[in-house]
Amino acid sequence: MKWLVFSIALGVSAQVPYQRIVEAGKEPGNWLTYSGNYSGHRFSPLTQLTAANVTGLRMKWAHQFPDRRTEVSPIVADGVMYVTGPNSAAALDVRTGRELWSWTRPLPKDYQSIGFGHVNRGPAILDSQLFVTTLDCYLVALDIKSGAERWSVQVADYKPGYSMTVAPLAIRGKVVVGVSGGEAGIRGFVDAYDAPTGKRAWRFHTIPEPGERGHESWATDAWKTGGGSTWVTGSYDPELNLIYWGIGNPSPDWNGDSRPGDNLFTCSFVALDGETGALRWHFQFTPHDTHDWDATHVPVLFDADVRGKRRKLIASANRNAFYYVLDRQSGEFVAGRPYSKQTWAQGLDDRGRPIVNPNTEPSEQGTLLWPNLNGATVWFSPAYSPREGLFYVATREVGSIYYKREADYKPGTFFAGGGENLVPNEEGAGFIRALDAATGEKRWEFPLHSAPWAGVLATAGGLVFSGSDEGNFFALDAHTGKPLWEVQTGGPIAANPISFNIDGKQCVAIAANRVLYVFGL
Amino acid sequence: MWRWLAVSVLAVNATAQVPSEPDLASGQKLFTSQCALCHGVAGGGGRGPSLTRAKLNHAADDAALREVIKNGIPPEMPGAWQLSAREVANTAAYVKSLGSVPAEPLIGDVSRGARLYEANGCSGCHINGGRGEGFGPELTGIGSKRSAAYLREALRNPAASTPDGFVYVTATTNSGETVRGIRVNEDTFTVQLKDAQGRFHSMSKADLKELRASRKETPMPGYGTRLSSAELEDLVAYLAGLRGKA
Repeated sequence: MKWLVFSIALGVSAQVPYQRIVEAGKEPGNWLTYSGNYSGHRFSPLTQLTAANVTGLRMKWAHQFPDRRTEVSPIVADGVMYVTGPNSAAALDVRTGRELWSWTRPLPKDYQSIGFGHVNRGPAILDSQLFVTTLDCYLVALDIKSGAERWSVQVADYKPGYSMTVAPLAIRGKVVVGVSGGEAGIRGFVDAYDAPTGKRAWRFHTIPEPGERGHESWATDAWKTGGGSTWVTGSYDPELNLIYWGIGNPSPDWNGDSRPGDNLFTCSFVALDGETGALRWHFQFTPHDTHDWDATHVPVLFDADVRGKRRKLIASANRNAFYYVLDRQSGEFVAGRPYSKQTWAQGLDDRGRPIVNPNTEPSEQGTLLWPNLNGATVWFSPAYSPREGLFYVATREVGSIYYKREADYKPGTFFAGGGENLVPNEEGAGFIRALDAATGEKRWEFPLHSAPWAGVLATAGGLVFSGSDEGNFFALDAHTGKPLWEVQTGGPIAANPISFNIDGKQCVAIAANRVLYVFGL
Repeated sequence: MWRWLAVSVLAVNATAQVPSEPDLASGQKLFTSQCALCHGVAGGGGRGPSLTRAKLNHAADDAALREVIKNGIPPEMPGAWQLSAREVANTAAYVKSLGSVPAEPLIGDVSRGARLYEANGCSGCHINGGRGEGFGPELTGIGSKRSAAYLREALRNPAASTPDGFVYVTATTNSGETVRGIRVNEDTFTVQLKDAQGRFHSMSKADLKELRASRKETPMPGYGTRLSSAELEDLVAYLAGLRGKA
């Protein structure tokens, strides 16, 4: 009887129109977009799991991927979980994990990842289509009921170093994507495609060409190979119709000699008009970066009182170890402070620009600096709890010796200009930190055995979930950081957790190495 | 179109400019910054194996050596993915040059060293050729991984060269019980120790009052004063001759 009801429900509502994603908070049993909602919160409004019962979590099912170290953040809609891997996607029965369909696209033999692994961070869903990016730079629309291709479009040529690992962002009638390739001297962009047809709607180049705003920050021809990748999913404000996207490092990474200037819009957040892709504002976290500190983070949108006035805000814990709060209508700097060990800047000035310490550039003999190239946090998602007003971030405290070397641009090869090495006898540290979202002030921290690679999920039941590089998947008290539950998954966790319902019961999912686990009571 | 054409021309020129002879000085500089932390400043070994040998286990020829440098040997050795092809070639040439440096002459006597190995109870903690106890690092083949200088120093002052995976820790439980042993594994919530009897202890960090790890401590005694300098050389010669399974 129950099965019958379930099947009927599936048949009727297996469509995810835009309005359902806008109002994702009203159906917390699903997980309809990369971060759970357009605001980048990775927050589940579900309240069934609490500090009182979380120790009762047990594995419901597991799904094994063919590929190691999966970084997927699944989508859950109407009884189906959608997952991706490198050049692959699958639909799983959310009750059992059994596969409903799968899809793969062959990877060309001459494809090479330059500076990252063969991964994919998840799909997007809109109406009756699932959107997936591929390493060889295709955006593909699949029928959600069969996995059949509706259309595919070449976003870029992989041969000079472009690639795609990003989970797309589906908004009203459009699918927005970004590219990887910041170590290969690409010229990055954010693209939007018409969801029904795959026709490109607009392209925003992250490195402006002559005559475009921001081009003056490139003194030479270096803009042509200036980097500015866009490999982490952005956020969206439907009321303002603004897309917020994080931009990666300038190329070459560690040798800035050939590219004097601030190198806009690298290491920035940009606010783009959802209809046209026109740049509304930008904020650069790290001008003229020489440490690979991409600003490729999920922007977190929330409203809060600032000095007595309600403000529409956007926040980020940046790879450069500073936490920033900006006005999301104007890009105006509101607040900022370090949230992790850093030795590169004295602080931020009143416009949020870093006051950089002398002798912090990579050098031939090596320059000791915190944080290392992976930054104080990286691509994995932070979480925001509107209930607590806290911003949760998995933090890496690792130092590095930065080296500067020659940088010759050759299409399809590393264009890095240096590198880093470990600090002798320095093991590095990891934490889950809770920051006051409006100020960045630290409220609590939970120490980890090592620097993490997993994102954070917050829930309305007062829990925070995350994972460790040694395979622990765990729950903390969202208010105090006290550990409440953990399980050893057997593989390093480098993925983002999500929460959803199976038959009305709250579950959490996390990928660890090649296995996706679902836990419930 | 013209842009790509221009780029291709540039690429051809850049390739043409690569000197056919690798630059050893550049390779040495790269080695010092990227490799020496594990392999020692002159390639004598440390956390990673000594490279001052004509034959390297993972690199049968020059091409294989370049591949190892570029891609690493998972999980222990990271690949130097940031290096350009030319930088990899220079580093490989330098590593190869380390193998032509004449090995340090061993003045000790191998058979006397073997007797000292038994007489001093080394096999009480180390497995060598399938015999002994597996508390400390296995010594089968240690001579192909570590230089004589490294082995000599490890015998004199073992705490200064504790290998990864052999950190000595002391765990004190909330009820006051103390366990000392080698930390065989650890995560955020638990730690696994192996005591001197070879017993494994699985402990939850929530049950521990203190977990003290010290790289300066080791259960291995120093042999700098227990042995005469001639005996030490005999033992070094014996260990340096352990080249692995026949």
